Amino acid sequence: MAENAQPNFLRPLAAPGADIGQAISFGESQPLSLDSGRTLSPFTVAFMTYGTLDAMKANAVMVCHALTGDQFAASRHPVTGKRGWWEMMIGPGKPIDTNRFFVICPNVIGGCMGTTGPADNDPATSRPFGLSFPLITVRDMVRAQAMLLDALGIERLLCVLGGSMGGMQALQWAASFPGRVISAVPIAAAARHSAQNIAFHEVGRQAIMADPEWKGGEYALYGTNPAKGLAVARMAAHITYLSEAALQRKFGRALQNRDSFSFAFGPDFQIESYLHHQGISFVDRFDANSYLYITRAMDYFDLAADYGGSLAEAFRGSRTRFCIVSFTSDWLFPTVENKRIAHALNAAAANVSFVEIETDRGHDSFLLDEPELFATIRSFLGSVAQQTGVE
Amino acid sequence: MRKLRPDLAAIAALIAPGARVLDVGCGEGDLLEYLVREKQVDGRGIELSQQNVNACVGRGLSVVQGDADSDLADYPSAVFDVVVLSQTIQATRSPRSVLSHLLRIGRKTIVSFPNFGHWRVRLALLLRGRMPQTATLGYRWFDTPNIHLCTISDFIELAQENGARIESAFALSGRGHTRPMRPDAWGPNIFAQGAIFGLTKN
Repeated sequence: MAENAQPNFLRPLAAPGADIGQAISFGESQPLSLDSGRTLSPFTVAFMTYGTLDAMKANAVMVCHALTGDQFAASRHPVTGKRGWWEMMIGPGKPIDTNRFFVICPNVIGGCMGTTGPADNDPATSRPFGLSFPLITVRDMVRAQAMLLDALGIERLLCVLGGSMGGMQALQWAASFPGRVISAVPIAAAARHSAQNIAFHEVGRQAIMADPEWKGGEYALYGTNPAKGLAVARMAAHITYLSEAALQRKFGRALQNRDSFSFAFGPDFQIESYLHHQGISFVDRFDANSYLYITRAMDYFDLAADYGGSLAEAFRGSRTRFCIVSFTSDWLFPTVENKRIAHALNAAAANVSFVEIETDRGHDSFLLDEPELFATIRSFLGSVAQQTGVE
Repeated sequence: MRKLRPDLAAIAALIAPGARVLDVGCGEGDLLEYLVREKQVDGRGIELSQQNVNACVGRGLSVVQGDADSDLADYPSAVFDVVVLSQTIQATRSPRSVLSHLLRIGRKTIVSFPNFGHWRVRLALLLRGRMPQTATLGYRWFDTPNIHLCTISDFIELAQENGARIESAFALSGRGHTRPMRPDAWGPNIFAQGAIFGLTKN
């Protein structure tokens, strides 16, 4: 039986009394079967909910987070104290209106914010899993989320949505559980991870593993922390989330607190200190091994491969309504990848909308103040709710 | 909801309630919205302009950004009851291949287009020696998106070459009135501003 548990975080809470969300633990009678052939048992899924589940359990919306996201989509992060990563999107009167919808945001399997991941103790050894944690896939993440829904007694989702890796999960949901997903909104996503994206991830992983404090993934046993490697990984990745135009507009060649070059290797340029800040603030809230596992899961993602190479087959006979969203300046998950999904859905005669939003802010646009994104989500969700008879 | 343009209303009248409809070149979604709201159709759209697509999705419609010339090939055969191509065929690169895909994708195909055989068009070229600009074709020759204009007779020929059967035909007047016409009559090819054809695959 699934049972309520306390989410167990990587680090002590920054703010005592902060909302740490909920968690459900699945005992040995309910193992999680993984694509690798291994199983994970027991395991815990930590999650946040916003809004109220209606009597028919018909207004549930699942929000899937991206690579370095977590379940705190619309509430203060208990470790950093920062605002939720989708607070502009989720809340009363917001595009995902919590006056109407019951929002569930789970932390992915392999994560480090309470859902079982490599930083947790392996019950077999009573030591942190480290690299003995099984490799996971996006489909494994979705399987665990489906088990969470079962435990919550929710049969169908009015909508599943997310950006980037969250969009991959939304697509996987629609492919794996077509009968449970009334609508899906993959934003800035792709049906497969491209060679370029795998390459960037590998740079990040190598940076972590090259840090002497990583110690073969067993840093928890040694009391060390591969913070430098993880920070470099984050810095490299962060560049891919922006665009050349946005970097130029925001920083250009401006110098940081100085009028001329230092002729040394300190951060002369503003863009350097910005990246350093991104790297340093990331290591406070993220586990290096989780970063390895989750980037790997994204690399393995290729939805068509599971359906004989035809993406259309993944959605054959689907009754799910799709709304695909891309951003013009996103070069990590570019419009062309999103259009591939739309074309495949057309070929499967599925119900699909495709919106490309013009912005120069790159991949991270899905996290930013983009009025056209908000308008699209609001009207799409409203139309789905109306069709389904949700008040 | 905006009032439906008369030619779109004439098209809507040809579509049965509850049908599965694909509107190719759906613009801001006026026809599609009417069909979804008033006739409970299962409606989809393809539209070239992303701005129009965003407007459609904003109205709760299912529309993808795409190009009739390149994207229709992705659609499986006979999945829609009705496919609509309204005032768009003259802007496609390959009207013949577009029409052939429409006939394949839909059990019924409805096409409307401006008639380049209208007497004003003929006169403009004959008397002024200039490329015609009319109310429905307001562009000058060098900036017009309408690269494949045709007359009613031309269209009938293309439809027949594509193995289409003409189920219904309507003439559009300048004021937006529609009336049934005999496809083989010579009058509409001179006096109609445009035409609407309902086609099926033979």
